[in-house]
Amino acid sequence: MKAYDIVIIGGGPAGLAAAASARRSGVTSILILERDKELGGILNQCIHNGFGLHTFKEELTGPEYAARFIEQVKELGIEYQLNTMVMDISHDKVVTAMNREEGMFAIQAKAVILAMGCRERSRGALNIPGYRPAGIYSAGTAQRLVNREGYLPGRQVVILGSGDIGLIMARRMTFEGANVKVVAELMPYSGGLKRNIVQCLDDYGIPLKLSHTVVEIRGKERLTGITIAQVDGRGKPIPGTEEDYDCDTLLLSVGLIPENELSRGAGVDISPVTSGPVVNESLETNIEGVFACGNVLHVHDLVDFVSEEAGAAGKNAADYVRGLRKNCSGNEIQMNPVEGVRYTVPSTIRPDQMDDKLTVRFRVGGVYKNCYISVYFDDERVMRRKRPVVAPGEMEEIKLEKAKLLEYPDLKTITIKIEEA
Amino acid sequence: MEKRELICIGCPLGCPVTVSMEAGEVVSVEGNTCKRGDDYARKEVTNPTRIVTSTVMVEGGADVTVSVKTRSDIPKGKIFDSVKALKGVTVKAPVKIGDVIVENVAETGVDMIATANVAKA
Amino acid sequence: MYDVIIIGAGVSGAAAARELSRYQVRACVLEKEEDVCCGTSKANSAIVHAGYDAANGSLMAKLNVEGNKMMSKLSKELDFEFIQNGSLVVCTDEESRPGLQELLERGVKNGVEGLRIIEREELVLMEPNISDQAVAALYAPTGGIVCPFNLNIALAENAYTNGVEFCFNTQVEGIERIKGGFRLKTNKGDVETKCVVNAAGVYADQIHNMVADEPITIIPRRGDYCLLDQTAGKHVTRTIFALPGKYGKGILVSPTVHGNLIVGPTAIDIEDKEGTNTTRTGLDQVIEKCANTVKNVPMRQVITSFAGLRAHEEGHEFIIKELPEAPGFVDCAGIESPGLTSSPAIGCMVADIVKGILDLKENPNFVGSRKGILNPETLSMEERNELIKKQPAYGNIICRCEMVTEGEILDAIHRPLGAKSLDGVKRRTRAGMGRCQAGFCSPRTMEILSRELSLDRMEITKCGGESKIVVGTNKDRI
Repeated sequence: MKAYDIVIIGGGPAGLAAAASARRSGVTSILILERDKELGGILNQCIHNGFGLHTFKEELTGPEYAARFIEQVKELGIEYQLNTMVMDISHDKVVTAMNREEGMFAIQAKAVILAMGCRERSRGALNIPGYRPAGIYSAGTAQRLVNREGYLPGRQVVILGSGDIGLIMARRMTFEGANVKVVAELMPYSGGLKRNIVQCLDDYGIPLKLSHTVVEIRGKERLTGITIAQVDGRGKPIPGTEEDYDCDTLLLSVGLIPENELSRGAGVDISPVTSGPVVNESLETNIEGVFACGNVLHVHDLVDFVSEEAGAAGKNAADYVRGLRKNCSGNEIQMNPVEGVRYTVPSTIRPDQMDDKLTVRFRVGGVYKNCYISVYFDDERVMRRKRPVVAPGEMEEIKLEKAKLLEYPDLKTITIKIEEA
Repeated sequence: MEKRELICIGCPLGCPVTVSMEAGEVVSVEGNTCKRGDDYARKEVTNPTRIVTSTVMVEGGADVTVSVKTRSDIPKGKIFDSVKALKGVTVKAPVKIGDVIVENVAETGVDMIATANVAKA
Repeated sequence: MYDVIIIGAGVSGAAAARELSRYQVRACVLEKEEDVCCGTSKANSAIVHAGYDAANGSLMAKLNVEGNKMMSKLSKELDFEFIQNGSLVVCTDEESRPGLQELLERGVKNGVEGLRIIEREELVLMEPNISDQAVAALYAPTGGIVCPFNLNIALAENAYTNGVEFCFNTQVEGIERIKGGFRLKTNKGDVETKCVVNAAGVYADQIHNMVADEPITIIPRRGDYCLLDQTAGKHVTRTIFALPGKYGKGILVSPTVHGNLIVGPTAIDIEDKEGTNTTRTGLDQVIEKCANTVKNVPMRQVITSFAGLRAHEEGHEFIIKELPEAPGFVDCAGIESPGLTSSPAIGCMVADIVKGILDLKENPNFVGSRKGILNPETLSMEERNELIKKQPAYGNIICRCEMVTEGEILDAIHRPLGAKSLDGVKRRTRAGMGRCQAGFCSPRTMEILSRELSLDRMEITKCGGESKIVVGTNKDRI
């Protein structure tokens, strides 16, 4: 059986950054397994600009951002295998993969980094009633068809969901000659970035209808039209508000789901909130030596944060492999997201294992204006940051300092909540 | 006096900003919460610009398309002209990031350049 | 002139074709869609019923029990998925208990083996997620589940291999009686035949009424279903029915042969014979009513919903007979549930009738077995690697959710009556049937179809006709 110190599942932005970081942290035996024909993952089809403002202090397109990390991985001499599908990860870190040349093969890893990314929610998951004609695609599928293959999936387009990919595709399809009629969003707010609403919809006069959903799909072979309706506070369509649109295409941008089938197979505990692994301060799952980062851990808004998180996972995996981790004294602090905070990554913190500074990322469950993000160590408020607005579409973070945590040796719970001003 | 309503893109707050103009000159900016809103609004009403991204077809490459962008931002009014200038454009592999695909696209003075590497098939 | 033309390549038509191919016969199946298994046969509960439902003495009862008994052997001969997982008809209130007894007695009279009534205690042990209201159930160990696509496809492939012709995209628009038979007018021209088998599903009334004195009416009875992810597939192990009400068998909850969970159907009589649209009301009913028999069905795991049309005839009985006023015209109509279960027996019955009419001789070259598309997951790692060495396409995963390889897709395209569309590939290999619902694999499957069938990408369809996936190229109209 082949053996590597670190096997990284996925060669997208998370896998690449994790690999580069692990290599720089002193591990040479690293293998990236990528199912596609190239490294870079979904960035290769995200041809719009807006990537890298945090990481490189310049505005890059997706393929350019990916290329920077691919270059790093190549310069560092990190091994990778393309067109290779990981079929199974065992509890004791045997990774079984398959490709055309080698067939099925097993690799024993000392550490595994999960970086498989996420997939799009489908029409089925929304249970939208109606026919099942051709012409209904997830925004990402349409993005691939247009950007990588040069084909137009349709000419008269309605988009359900105002996630960033949906907004980006509204502009993209417009450029290629399609008529994007409306973007309907179930929630009273958009799940996408403000910049995308202005530059992808407003610039082209595409209306965004908040609190609306698709209630009917027409067309037996190819889509011929849809009906949208306004929804009430519980998301139920309000009778009498229906509007018909003739269209041949319905794009869905209704959420991303971390792809954790392999993780589940290995016995990794999955959070019901994020659909990603439950991890500690080292981004390590309940299985020792199995780490997770990027969109497989929780869905990010900006790739820059994926790279940063993956860098931490790579370093932590390297430290684990090199035996640099100290024995844990046992104090494990529970993160407690409440009152508007949906989850945190990580879920637990062992102060003696953490770096001097630890980024805790989270998302909020609604739009809050003029609020505070407050952090409590048990019952004591230790941090309160004023925010003019927080919204579910944008990931939030706080930084915890090791020195500060060590001042509280009996600390059991860190609570993060949104407090009204 | 002319009034323009904008939504600031500086942060998620998305302040509704009202810009008052007189003979093409900004007289006042209202509704913004911070300095960034003021800057954004002034630029947006006097000289709105965007980076344009698209794709062109590739011949003899490992991929059939290559993504492109304007090297820097161009006037908003030139967006569609610059996309139209790409119609029918086909480049031969290999293509490297930064290769000029169309020079001085739509008379903007800005080149359309490749944003991905495409090897020969 | 053909000896026999079968109208419809659903499971009844395919079963009849396969049974007829045992004889020396010039036979042809006409199908208005682009593939086999495109109507009622593709959208149903995929249940092999035990046979306690149908009225004593009915043809339905007879063919149901016969079909059930044939299914296991047939599944081995023709290599399709069939699991005898047993079924339970659950009674949720003491007052309805006599209904169970009635079903038991009817089933015994129909010849169903192994039926017994079990009490709550045993029921809970068998199915921990059974409703808290369940008091007792009728247990039918002979109940089963089947892959409806592969049953239909296997029958058709086997018929084709044994010499039956198939014409797709061919719709029968009229039937004339001619000397010694019939002339069928189709959108592709006229064809002549001595015998006609009317296996046209929801359209069987239209075909029947082209020749018969007494018209019949087939009412499309729509059923909405939800299909859940494989993570929910073990929620129940047997097929759970509610005690029957006025409209059919109520909402069932069942595992599928592929490890998903299926919940449905509703029963709404409609007029449109193509009205396979789900409705909000229908889906809500499915979600609400399944809780009567099974608790905590994880509806958040729904990966798709769909509707099927049962070919309901007013008398609720299979109509399988030669028309006395039109000798040589054989109806195979009103084939609603338990039609899928009965299909092997329906095929035999139709073939017997036709054989009687035409005095057919045995086909000495008949081969009754067929190999399905190889599922590499059934191989050992060594066998799999041997296969990949010979055919590297088996090492290339195309559908990531269902782990379907390019090798399987190539097989699906190039085998007899191969797939021509995304749905054709999906029904044969499951590519695109998983939790992402073809988001990842459809561009890749399109590429393979286009390469293998030498079709432009813009000609590739979801399911034939105008169901094109892409409609143009970038900037073609700017």
